Amino acid sequence: MSGTILRRLLSMLPVMGVVAICVFLLLHLAPGDPASIIAGENATPENIARIREQLGLDQPVWKQFLVWIAAMLHGDLGTSLFWGDTVLSLIGQRAEPTVSLALTTLAVAVFLAIAIGVLAASHAGTWIDRLVMGFAVLGFSVPVFVVGYLLIFVFAVNLKWLPVQGYSPLAEGLLPWLRNLVLPSVALGMAYVALIARITRTTMLDVLAEDYMRTARAKGVATRAMLFRHALKNAAVPIATVVGNGVALLIGGVVITETVFNIPGIGRLVVDAIARRDYPIIQGVIMVFSGVYVLVNLLVDLSYTLFDPRVRG
Amino acid sequence: MAEPVLAVEDLRTHFFTQDGVTRAVDGLNFTVGAGETLGIVGESGCGKSVTALSVMRLLPAGLGRTVGGKVLFGGRDLLQLDEAQMRRIRGDRIAMIFQEPMTSLNPVLSVGEQIAESVMIHQGKTKAEAWARAAEMLALVRIADAERRVKDYPHQFSGGMRQRVMIAIALSCHPQLLIADEPTTALDVTIQAQILKLMIELKSRIGAAILLITHDLGVVAETCQRVVVMYAGRKVEEASVLDLFDRPLHPYTRGLMASIPRHRRAGPPPRRLQEIPGIVPNLRDPIAGCAFAPRCPLATARCTAEAPSLRSAGTHSVACWEVTP
Repeated sequence: MSGTILRRLLSMLPVMGVVAICVFLLLHLAPGDPASIIAGENATPENIARIREQLGLDQPVWKQFLVWIAAMLHGDLGTSLFWGDTVLSLIGQRAEPTVSLALTTLAVAVFLAIAIGVLAASHAGTWIDRLVMGFAVLGFSVPVFVVGYLLIFVFAVNLKWLPVQGYSPLAEGLLPWLRNLVLPSVALGMAYVALIARITRTTMLDVLAEDYMRTARAKGVATRAMLFRHALKNAAVPIATVVGNGVALLIGGVVITETVFNIPGIGRLVVDAIARRDYPIIQGVIMVFSGVYVLVNLLVDLSYTLFDPRVRG
Repeated sequence: MAEPVLAVEDLRTHFFTQDGVTRAVDGLNFTVGAGETLGIVGESGCGKSVTALSVMRLLPAGLGRTVGGKVLFGGRDLLQLDEAQMRRIRGDRIAMIFQEPMTSLNPVLSVGEQIAESVMIHQGKTKAEAWARAAEMLALVRIADAERRVKDYPHQFSGGMRQRVMIAIALSCHPQLLIADEPTTALDVTIQAQILKLMIELKSRIGAAILLITHDLGVVAETCQRVVVMYAGRKVEEASVLDLFDRPLHPYTRGLMASIPRHRRAGPPPRRLQEIPGIVPNLRDPIAGCAFAPRCPLATARCTAEAPSLRSAGTHSVACWEVTP
C-alpha cells in the first residue's frame, strides 16, 4: 500500500512538469510587459530597461524558465514584482479565506449532492426526480457570478439576513466566519452539486437494476438499507471520480467567487496579479492550484480501494 | 396431503408494455406441501420465473403486475399484504435463490455480511451472533475453512461456491419455503449435481419445502416429488415425478421428453433427437383454443377453437382434448 502511494506521488512529477512548461510559455507569449507597468506611465525607456534587467526579463526565455524551475525545486516560488514579498508568503497570508471557502463548499456540496442524487434515483420518473434534474441543469448552466449577485441581492440586500460581502477570520469567532461563508459557498457549490448529483443519480440507477439488488429485496432488506448499504457503496467509485474531477470547478469558481464577494483570498490575489502582469504570483498560484488538483485526484484514486474490494487485489 | 405451505390460486400476472398486455401467467393453480419439492418446468418464456417473482412480489416495478388470483401462504394471501409485511416474509419465511450466481451477490459486501444481514433483519440477533451464524451457514454449505472465508468477497469465490453462498443466505433463517429459480442452469454439469444434492439435503434438515423452477427435466427427475408442466402461462400437466416420466400425457410434455439426449453404451445407435417444432406463442394476443395447438402433432379443429380445461385422474391431471388422464 505505501509502495503504491509512493509510486503515485512520483507519477505526479511529470504531470507537474508539463503544467510548469504550459504556465510559463502561456504567460511569456501573452502580450504586456511587466517592466513598463511597474515603471509607470511616465517612465523613460532607460528606466524600463533597468527594471527589466533587475527582474531578469532581459534573459532568453529558456534561461528564465530554467532559473524559475530550479528555484521552485528549492521551494522558492519567486518574489512578487509588485509587492516585493515572496510568492509563498503572499499565498500563505491569503490562504485562510480560500481554504475555508473551498473546504466548507466541498463538504456541504458532496453531502448534499449525494443525498439528492440518491433521492432522485430512488424516485426515478416522478416529480421529485424531475425537480432534482431540473435543478442540476440550472445549477450547471448559470455562471457563478450571476448566482452570486442574485444571492447578494435577495439575502443580503433585501432580506438583510447575511452580510453582503467580505470575510471574517475564524479566529474572530465561528458565527461571523460562517455567516460570511454561506452565500459565497452556495454560489460556488451550485455547479459542483449539480455535477455530483447527476452522476450519483445515473450510477445509482444502473446499480439499482443489478441482480444483487433483487437478491437484497428477496432477503427482506428495508428500502433505506437497500439504497445506502447495498447500492451507494457500489456507486461510490464513479461518484468519487467526479468529486475529484469537479475540484477543478471549485478552483476556477473560487477566483470568481472571491471577486464577487470581495473576499481577500488567493483567488483575489491572482486576479490582481493578472492585471499587473505580476508573473511570479500568477505562476506560483497556478502551480499550487494544479498541485492541489493532482493531489486530490490521487487521493480519489486511492479511495477506490476503500469502496471496492476488487481493486484491493 | 397435509395443509400445503403454499397454495397459488388462479394467479394472473400481466406485463403492460407499449405494444399491449402480455399475459405471462394466466390463471395458474398449484400447491406446495410441507417439506415437498415441487418442480415447475417449461421452455423459456412460459412464465415459470414470473410465477416465482409473483409469489415473492418481486416483479420489476412499473412493468409487471399481478392482476388476479391468490397466493396463500400460512393462511394469508401474500397479494393482500403491504410492503412492510411482505418484507418480513421475504428472506425469513420464504427465501429465494436465482439463476445467476455470478451477479446475484453484492460485490462490495463480504459474504459474511450478506449472510449475517438476513439473520439480523429477521431474527433480531446482534452483529456478533449473526456473524457466528454466517460462519456456521458457510460451513453447512460445505465451504472449506468457513471461519476465515466469511470475510472474503464474492469475487474470491467460483460460480458454484457463490451459489452455495446464495443457499446459505436463503436458508440462514430456516424458511418454510425455498424458491429456486433455475439454480443450476449457469453452472457446470458436475457442479450442478453437487448443488442439487446440497439443496435437497439441507432442505430435509431444515424441513423446508422447495419450489424448483427449471427447464431441465433431468433436474426435476433427480430432485422433485411432483411436477407442474407450464406452457404459455398456463399449467398443461401435473403429476408425480414417477407418473410423469412413466406416462407423460400432454403432447408438449412428450415433446420435452423426446428432446432430452440419452447416452447408451451399447445397442443400436441412438435415434435422432426430437425437437418440438415452432416457438412459444406471442402472449400479447389472446389465445382462443389450446396455446400449444399450432405446434402439436395431435391438434384438431377443436383444439384451435376451444381451450381444454384440466382433467384429472388421481393425482395426474392434463389439459388436452386428445388424451385422457
